[in-house]
Amino acid sequence: MSCESPPPFAHKRPAGPVPGIVLARAEPITSPARFALGVAKLDGALGGGLAAARLHELWPAQAEDAPSAAGFAMLMALKAAGNKGAIVWIEQQARQGRLYPPGLAELGIDPARILFVNAPDEKTLLRAAGDVVRSPAPGAAVIVPAGPARLLDLTASRRLTLFAEASGTTAILLRAADPQAPSAATTRWRVAGAPSRALEANAPGSPAFTLDLLRQRGGAPSYGWQLEWDRDRAHFTPLSRDLAADAGGEYLAAG
Amino acid sequence: MLAENIWRLDNKPPPDRGEEPIVFVEKLKNAMRLTALSRGAIALGLTPNLTLADARARVPELIALDRDHEAEARLLAQIVAGCVRYTPMVAAEPPDGAILDISGCAHGFGGETGLRADLVRRLKTSGITAFCALGDTPEQARALARFGHKSRDLLGLPVEALEADAAVTLALRRAGLKTIDDLARRPRKMLAARFGDLAIRLGRLLGEQDRHISPERPRPPIFALRRFAEPIARIEDALACLEDLGCEAAQTLLERHEGGRRFVARFFRSDGAILPLEVATGHPTRDPALLIRLFRERVDVLSDPIDPGFGFDMIRLDIGQCETLVARQDDHLAPSRHEEDLAELIDRLSVRLGARRVHRVRPENTHIPECAATACAPSNAPTWEGAPEGEPPMRPLRLFDPPQPVGAVMSEVPDGPPMRFTWRGKSYAVARWEGPERIAAEWWRRRDRGGKPRDYYRVEDAAGHRFWLFRHGLHETGGAPPGWYLHGLFA
Repeated sequence: MSCESPPPFAHKRPAGPVPGIVLARAEPITSPARFALGVAKLDGALGGGLAAARLHELWPAQAEDAPSAAGFAMLMALKAAGNKGAIVWIEQQARQGRLYPPGLAELGIDPARILFVNAPDEKTLLRAAGDVVRSPAPGAAVIVPAGPARLLDLTASRRLTLFAEASGTTAILLRAADPQAPSAATTRWRVAGAPSRALEANAPGSPAFTLDLLRQRGGAPSYGWQLEWDRDRAHFTPLSRDLAADAGGEYLAAG
Repeated sequence: MLAENIWRLDNKPPPDRGEEPIVFVEKLKNAMRLTALSRGAIALGLTPNLTLADARARVPELIALDRDHEAEARLLAQIVAGCVRYTPMVAAEPPDGAILDISGCAHGFGGETGLRADLVRRLKTSGITAFCALGDTPEQARALARFGHKSRDLLGLPVEALEADAAVTLALRRAGLKTIDDLARRPRKMLAARFGDLAIRLGRLLGEQDRHISPERPRPPIFALRRFAEPIARIEDALACLEDLGCEAAQTLLERHEGGRRFVARFFRSDGAILPLEVATGHPTRDPALLIRLFRERVDVLSDPIDPGFGFDMIRLDIGQCETLVARQDDHLAPSRHEEDLAELIDRLSVRLGARRVHRVRPENTHIPECAATACAPSNAPTWEGAPEGEPPMRPLRLFDPPQPVGAVMSEVPDGPPMRFTWRGKSYAVARWEGPERIAAEWWRRRDRGGKPRDYYRVEDAAGHRFWLFRHGLHETGGAPPGWYLHGLFA
């Protein structure tokens, strides 16, 4: 952040905010652009969708839900990036197996769009994440620390938020577990897998998630959202197990 | 001719199958026409410019292939590079020729004929059919190589050897001038008045005028260096000097329409130590500001910082690898603020983290799940196929490599799905499942036939966790029961 040099004739300066102090403002002046998840009620609860160019934080409810959280983070990144730009996946280390590109393709995310960045330790991860989020080139960045990630505290999340606001790159922080610590993220989510809508012969169906919106800036928390990912139309639909498997998409979209 | 050679080099036909009729076709004016023919095809009476349909009607067993001009150009460039062993003066004559100026070079190979024999032998052993001819001028050699199959006598060549316009050649033929000899007897002034540059062509062909060839020469490497009267000891000053050197090198690169991919800065310390620093970029660049940013990043992440000692007395910047970079005009209406693009971001991350830590993924042509994707450089743009519509994800989001063994699997013998299993000390009851999807080992790739087949199941437990399990091998009488493994987790 650079401060402008003081004007030579200080007494002639027009009244108004001093340049340089504007940068340290508490709230953004303009309301952020938003991207919808596709479920009308949830988007309504979020005030018209998730804010683009902000930091969103999520973690799995239990250790087994880690792939569900990773999947939801990637789908959120896909929604945030739209058709523009690369999605950068910045991971500290792959303890729960590595992200599998054919599996991404099966979720409707083109693996060619994804730039993989591996960081050896948390400090490097944080620095690389800062660089990526500060750059306007990528569409979205998913930051995946391993373990409790103590360096990713309130200050670090505040920095990431400011970078994202300045560059327009949406940042998604995928934690390994509930951090039990304050964060400056615009929304914080707890993600768990949900039983999918069974296909014929009791086969597992499309990915389904249970989401708890624990905190959102300027909004109320809400719990127990059950969503299903519709890969062919690239948006979320409400998960309803009452419907038969062949009820068709139109009815679901209306719900 | 080159087209046929490429096909032969790629396919290695058995020597007893000598002369298949192979033709290479291109789409010219909405018709597939033959543009290159193998010797076998010429022997059957096919000619260039024939349409493919006509050719097929005449020779049903014809092998038709698409012509690949790029591959031909690559092969020609290789040949030209190889001919530097005879003379430094080698020039390519696209699309399918090369000219060597062997003046004063032939004595090392046993004279001109010896050199020609050596060249023909080398080309033949590498599978290339070539016609070589010696001449006093490039045109003479070219005409003899291309039109001198029947007679080695220069004057006996047909007028086509002049390679004038088709209309001019036709006019000469109509006038009854069929050979070079016929033309050479005529007064030149008359030819010049009637046919323009034909007289010049004739003069060059007969060796009366000489046009020198412009040979391919390797370009000298680009570098910039600065010596100091007094050693400088501050790193900041050294980097500022490096920036100046970057500007100098950028000027040279601009003149050559090139950009650098690899840059090496060497700091020569006054006590004799040399400290090298290297940065690489994903795309060619000649922007000194970008270069100095990368070098600063590099200096920042050094495990032990640069020790200037008693100071540096020379700094040198080498450009290790150059690629063509055409100058581009900026859009004067676009905002002039420089926004970092993805390539610059990738370069910065690769310099800081190491090039292997920043990558994209590329699909591989294999069924084995753990081999289906490999890392590639981030400048690549691989293409992935989308998943078929209406199917749930068939491949997991997270993959374990190697697969993790699971215990206490309850399944129907011999080929039932898993009903209950234990993984990482927790027991899971399967509520939904689909399978098996059998993935056999790649017996055609490995001598030991690659091991046992795997039967994959997609399973889901009651809480909504989705797993990708496989049974490794089959139940056999008397053998141990096959093991179960967890290979991945679905979202």
